[in-house]
Amino acid sequence: MTTDIQQAFEERISEDELLNCMRCGFCLPACPTYIETQDEVHSPRGRISLMMAVRNGEIEEVEEVEHTLNVCLGCRACEPACPAGVNYGHMLEEARAIFQEHKDVPLKEKALRKATLEGLFTNPKKMEQATSLLGFYQRSGLQKVTRKLKVMNFFPEHMQQMERVLPESPKKNERQIAARFPSKQSETKATVAMFKGCLMDTLFHETNRSTIELLNQAGCEVVVPETQNCCGALHGHSGEKGGSLELAKQNIVAFESVEAEYIITNAGGCGAFLHDYDHLLKNDLDWAERAKAFTDKIVDFSTILLEHDFINDHKLRIDPQIITYQDSCHLRNVMGVIDAPRILIQAIDQVQFTELTGADQCCGSAGIYNLTQPEMSMQILDHKMEKVETTQATTIVTSNPGCLLQMKLGIEREGKTDKMRAVHLADLLLEALDE
Amino acid sequence: MSQPWIEELTNVVGSSHIQTKQSSRLAYSFDATPNFQALPDAVISPKDTTEIQQIVSICNQHQIPIVPRGSGTNLAAGTTPTQGGVVLLFNRMAEILELDKENLTITVQPGVITQTICETVEAEGLFYPPDPSSMKISTIGGNINENSGGLRGLKYGVTKDYVLALEIVLPNGEVVRTGGKLAKDVAGYDLTKLMVGSEGTLGIITEATLKLIPKPETKQTLLAVYDSIEQAAETVSSIIANKITPATLEFIDQPTIRAVEEFSHVGLPVDAEAVLLIEQDGKDEIVKDDIIKIQQLAEKHGAIKTNIADTESEAHQLREARRTALSALARLSPTTILEDATVPRSEIATMVKAINEIAKKHRVTIATFGHAGDGNLHPTCTTDVRDKDEWERVEHAFEDIFAKAIELGGTITGEHGVGEMKSPYLAWKVGEEGLQLMKQIKKAFDPNNIMNPRKMFAKSTRKRVVVSS
Repeated sequence: MTTDIQQAFEERISEDELLNCMRCGFCLPACPTYIETQDEVHSPRGRISLMMAVRNGEIEEVEEVEHTLNVCLGCRACEPACPAGVNYGHMLEEARAIFQEHKDVPLKEKALRKATLEGLFTNPKKMEQATSLLGFYQRSGLQKVTRKLKVMNFFPEHMQQMERVLPESPKKNERQIAARFPSKQSETKATVAMFKGCLMDTLFHETNRSTIELLNQAGCEVVVPETQNCCGALHGHSGEKGGSLELAKQNIVAFESVEAEYIITNAGGCGAFLHDYDHLLKNDLDWAERAKAFTDKIVDFSTILLEHDFINDHKLRIDPQIITYQDSCHLRNVMGVIDAPRILIQAIDQVQFTELTGADQCCGSAGIYNLTQPEMSMQILDHKMEKVETTQATTIVTSNPGCLLQMKLGIEREGKTDKMRAVHLADLLLEALDE
Repeated sequence: MSQPWIEELTNVVGSSHIQTKQSSRLAYSFDATPNFQALPDAVISPKDTTEIQQIVSICNQHQIPIVPRGSGTNLAAGTTPTQGGVVLLFNRMAEILELDKENLTITVQPGVITQTICETVEAEGLFYPPDPSSMKISTIGGNINENSGGLRGLKYGVTKDYVLALEIVLPNGEVVRTGGKLAKDVAGYDLTKLMVGSEGTLGIITEATLKLIPKPETKQTLLAVYDSIEQAAETVSSIIANKITPATLEFIDQPTIRAVEEFSHVGLPVDAEAVLLIEQDGKDEIVKDDIIKIQQLAEKHGAIKTNIADTESEAHQLREARRTALSALARLSPTTILEDATVPRSEIATMVKAINEIAKKHRVTIATFGHAGDGNLHPTCTTDVRDKDEWERVEHAFEDIFAKAIELGGTITGEHGVGEMKSPYLAWKVGEEGLQLMKQIKKAFDPNNIMNPRKMFAKSTRKRVVVSS
């Protein structure tokens, strides 16, 4: 078994890329799991050295390496910090894929993975059914009954809290999005295609509507290709590379069918993975070029709003409040979007924007990390909430559904649901536009 | 794992603070030095001086090597456990103990991150000047053991100029306190200074009191571009001769300029032979005055372009040119060797030219940037450890560079330390007699040679090369 894994590392993880790591340690202060543990095993350069050790056959206990790779959030904050430009995220995903392929996954985790990855996220129909069920559960009063009966007490604590922060699921007929949404300015400045995302299209359906409305108000025509699918990020990050390859191809085809200047996302996690399609398909001759054309068009909605003068064309105003912003790691570290969300928030009248110390550090959500590594995730979240506290903010803005759920969870854990809220940037902007 | 001394150490710190798993040992088997790696037997995180005393006593009794390690950013293999033993961490000894605003001192545990010290004191209008490039992650314990420098060395000095007092655990387990919150103290040998830069070979620093100064009011930045290295060097000399001491005076040579420009497109002229980045800090009117004088001197000595930053963001952009030097070079090849040969300020131009000739002679790629104000250069070789033939040529090139630096009245290392990597060359700088004296000092402190063995002192000195110039 070990030698199989070693061989796979030799074949699929480039020695050049591993050697690019100078071990200078500049990644350490950027790494949330190193900050929490103060342990090199849980640092980027430590993990790279362990990948190298597996590749060179210098470590027998490869499950220790797998463990440290699982503890990694995959936030990729180490990449902008790296002087040598090491592509850590790519190596991490390849290494995880190798372990996944060579391992008997424990039954419980297998069931969770199957349910979330294969069953739910790859299949929009099932996702719809799931959210319909969730909606039924929430609207029918069953949720109240369940909460009263404390049925959730049988589940681990963080799962119970997660259950409490799930947003109201939309009724099915509210979720059907027509394909074209014309510009609401006299001219059409650009035609953009919208990537819906599975969580955004279901649980955060309202946010997608807000995003489309904002883009229309900014003078963009928005096209939503019908045959698009899950981006594949959750698969890729969890070592299910095969699944993500198929999804990538389906999405490339879906977006080729509409002619748009940009492909817009409002979820940093999805955006970053779509942004990496060219890497994912680089060895597939039939797809490499098409993937490159696709990734060149990927852009976050906040960037497009700024580019098209949204804040100059519109008056934005909400009730006086202190707002802070938690970066989406992948939006920041992979797509390089740092200032745009902050500029948009600060353009709103009566908002006092207070920068969150460590906003650039992961909140611990990280895809399904908060389900697979609950302890570390909650430790990171609690430290994050201590920093949120010092901003005295009553609104935490995020730009990715996973982060949004995690921040809601943080507010719930602190018992502050009546004093504090977490909202997606698009919803905040629409709220400010409506006033 | 069955070794009795590991059990004894476990009894001291508790099983959750000693690691012996293969993955942990691997993760602590290296520092930032290329081509040095060795597994320790254990990695240990004591919580206080008392535990360290016990650890040292156990290791001394069993003759187990101890490698004290901050964040492992050393560039001379100073924190690589090449003789096995115990890697000793300070992650549980990372508290700021006291900020004394009357005596202008800060007392800290060794695990505090350098940047945290800077931020803490600057919030109070005070200043801790030493700023090694790794300050965002380096620990103060590491800085003291390596006597780290930084960009502000010319005007403000280096770590040794700011260490007032230390608590040390000796290899026999005893605790010694040196110095005090004192500007003047001549009671006996200066053990504080002896410990600073001792690279973990004499004892374990468990607490330090550092000197602080008032924070400079303001800062200004200037960039000057040259088409000859000599003119850049003349500018440096003339600035000093005109009794101006800039806070930073950084130099970038042509290969570095080209790499930086290729990487970050900051608008550097790729045909320029040299760029100087100069900063002055202090009182507003003095800073303005100095920067204008410096600009005039640069132009007088042939700068083809000068640029004073009007805003902080512009200053930041100018600093980027220097800051990205290492990043830009590191991306050129798998292995990057960052050296720190240092010469008297007046010999900078000669040294840079010699480095270029040496690189050509050995057919290796070396770009040079560094702290021109204090003669501390960073010849940086981009290579590939897997290419055995080239690696050998790289080693020869660096030998030539060390020899040339010494010939010009300089040293083999200005701020990175000797470690294991440069130990074969130490005698070139300090002489056989100097080396013997140092060995005797080491023996007086650590007769069983358990403290960071094989660092500083090599098995044998490298045969001296003769440089034809």
